Amino acid sequence: MGVASRFILRRRGGKGWHWTDIVTWIWLIGGLIIMFGPAVWLAFSSFKTPAALAEFPPSILPYVTSQATVEGYDKPLQLFDTKMPDGSTRVLAEVRRIGVMSQMVDPKAPGEIIRVNMNDRTPVRTVSFATENYTEPFVHFDFLRYLWNSVFVTVVATLITLVVNSMAAFALSKYEFKGRSLAMLVILATLMVPLSVIMVPLYSIISSLGLFNSLWGVILPTVATPTGVFILRQYMLTIPDELIDAARMDKASEWQIYWRIVLPLTAPALAVLAIFSVVWRWNDFLWPLIVLSRRELYTLQVGLSIYSGELNVQWHFILAMTVVTMVPVVLVFIFLQRFITTGIAGTGLK
Amino acid sequence: MSTTSPSSRLGALLMAPVNALMRIVDVPLRGLQKATGLGGMAAFFLAPNMLIFGIFVLLPLVINFVYSMTGGTAFFLSERSFVGADQYARLFTCADYLDPMSCQEDAFWTAVGNTFWFVVLQVTLMILTALITALILNRDLAARSFWRAVFFFPVLLSPVVVGLIWKWILQRQGLLNFMLYQFGNEPYTWLTDRNWTFVATIGVSIWAHMGFYALILLAGLQAIPKDLYEAAEMDGTKPARVFWRITLPLLAPNLLVVVVLALIRAVQIFDEVYVLTGGGPGTSTLYLTQYIYETGFASALRNPGLAAAASILMGAVLVVLTLFQLGIGRRQENKGKR
Repeated sequence: MGVASRFILRRRGGKGWHWTDIVTWIWLIGGLIIMFGPAVWLAFSSFKTPAALAEFPPSILPYVTSQATVEGYDKPLQLFDTKMPDGSTRVLAEVRRIGVMSQMVDPKAPGEIIRVNMNDRTPVRTVSFATENYTEPFVHFDFLRYLWNSVFVTVVATLITLVVNSMAAFALSKYEFKGRSLAMLVILATLMVPLSVIMVPLYSIISSLGLFNSLWGVILPTVATPTGVFILRQYMLTIPDELIDAARMDKASEWQIYWRIVLPLTAPALAVLAIFSVVWRWNDFLWPLIVLSRRELYTLQVGLSIYSGELNVQWHFILAMTVVTMVPVVLVFIFLQRFITTGIAGTGLK
Repeated sequence: MSTTSPSSRLGALLMAPVNALMRIVDVPLRGLQKATGLGGMAAFFLAPNMLIFGIFVLLPLVINFVYSMTGGTAFFLSERSFVGADQYARLFTCADYLDPMSCQEDAFWTAVGNTFWFVVLQVTLMILTALITALILNRDLAARSFWRAVFFFPVLLSPVVVGLIWKWILQRQGLLNFMLYQFGNEPYTWLTDRNWTFVATIGVSIWAHMGFYALILLAGLQAIPKDLYEAAEMDGTKPARVFWRITLPLLAPNLLVVVVLALIRAVQIFDEVYVLTGGGPGTSTLYLTQYIYETGFASALRNPGLAAAASILMGAVLVVLTLFQLGIGRRQENKGKR
């Protein structure tokens, strides 16, 4: 333990605590709480019942008040820890309350009514996870549909992104032709054309093509990403041309060279682009919001934002669905974070 | 083949139809290659990307100008009437140029003003926190990749999720009020207060994006040669002096790139704010992209031409920033060559 803590709390130069060491640890621990805390809080809250969510001050764990069915009473009765006149505490069920006095019964011996002051009793609470927050939106709302739409958009868009951009990158890195530098320039120049600048005309183009209210209208405008061409081309430039010349000698067609030689060798760059594309498409919001106006076509992001506007009181469903929406990205974060951080540090893309 | 692992056998099974498809595709493509040669094949490989790119990026870019010079509520260009520079004139019609509320399109100027202050404050504070984070992560820490991941985590979350997480924390029964309650404060409805919502949009967007910029700055810090620091230590240079004389000048190019990148993104802020505040209360967090979106699509009095004109003005600002960024890149490359 001593060795471990000495390793973790390694300090500057190893001699005494410098003020920068203190700042470092305040920053790191504070960062840990601020960066993870809100999402963890949301996840805990998503298991609470509506009654528990309305409570202030809130509890961290999801509590519910316990009830019991008592012989002779139709409805389940709420249980209380009750302080008895002799100083002992017993678990009693409340039958009714008149003024400050409440009439209680012992669930095990329901015959006798015990009168106690309401200040002498506190509700019995147990930890319970309201999993119906998760199951009900899938049954009563269209969240399964939204989940499917999101998965469809993400998978199809990523596959097309990989094929279309790798083909272009292959042409731009392995062929000499007129207009190559012009094509490169056009792609680079539009690297920074954001959706917010072209959304009005893009919408009219999508409508003229009959892609309004279609998942393809969400997918197609996003697949030819300049960043994708750029990182794949940079990677393909490192593949030696001799390899391709040798394949041509062996009568391989150009398509075979692309498919059998260049693509497998570009796998690491393709993997990085695939991870980015999945996160981008899963998180897309503004464009799906514009293109999709029919409920059954919403992606998770659009559905979630529309519902959070409409079901303002039903936070328990919204929180649970937010967690569902967050899960794939958290998985990517846990397992592929290293690829992403090195990818960003290397290329500066996002 | 009996020694292959189950996973690679599964992979082969999945790839079999794909490979078969590729072999079928290869037949007509060989014909194309014979007919057009290598040049034709280059065009073939480039075509799908250029087609999609042309239709969905270049074409909209061009017809946006046409759009901004037409009027009416129809979306198809053929149904729109030519109005010349009227939409621009409308944006710039003001009784008093110092008071945005006196303009005909007061919402536009409110959005411009909000966006301006948002950009200035958000970028300044975010780059400052990102720089501190990068400096701290660059120290001799145990489990550095863990700490790096901690600050990077919110970057991957979707803006909708970010908006909802913070809406939940800032609401009346939320975590923030709970923590203040421990110090004896009454619960407050933060998201109905004009000033606090503005602060919240800045804070939330910093929370969501800071890790990305810290990561780029960290890469820049790690590229600074270690022997410079060793030499400074041998000369007994004070740490503050080392920071001002070595770290900051050598990090300056990265810092400049990061600032411009952050500016470009901040000007376009929309998603998380739209979910968190919806631009309200009133117009206190109405930013430019939301103005364009609502003018073009959402409002009952929609006016795509006006939205296009506003988006072109915003695009002009972004072009200036992008050219500036490319200029920095060019200068750095030249420096590298010398």
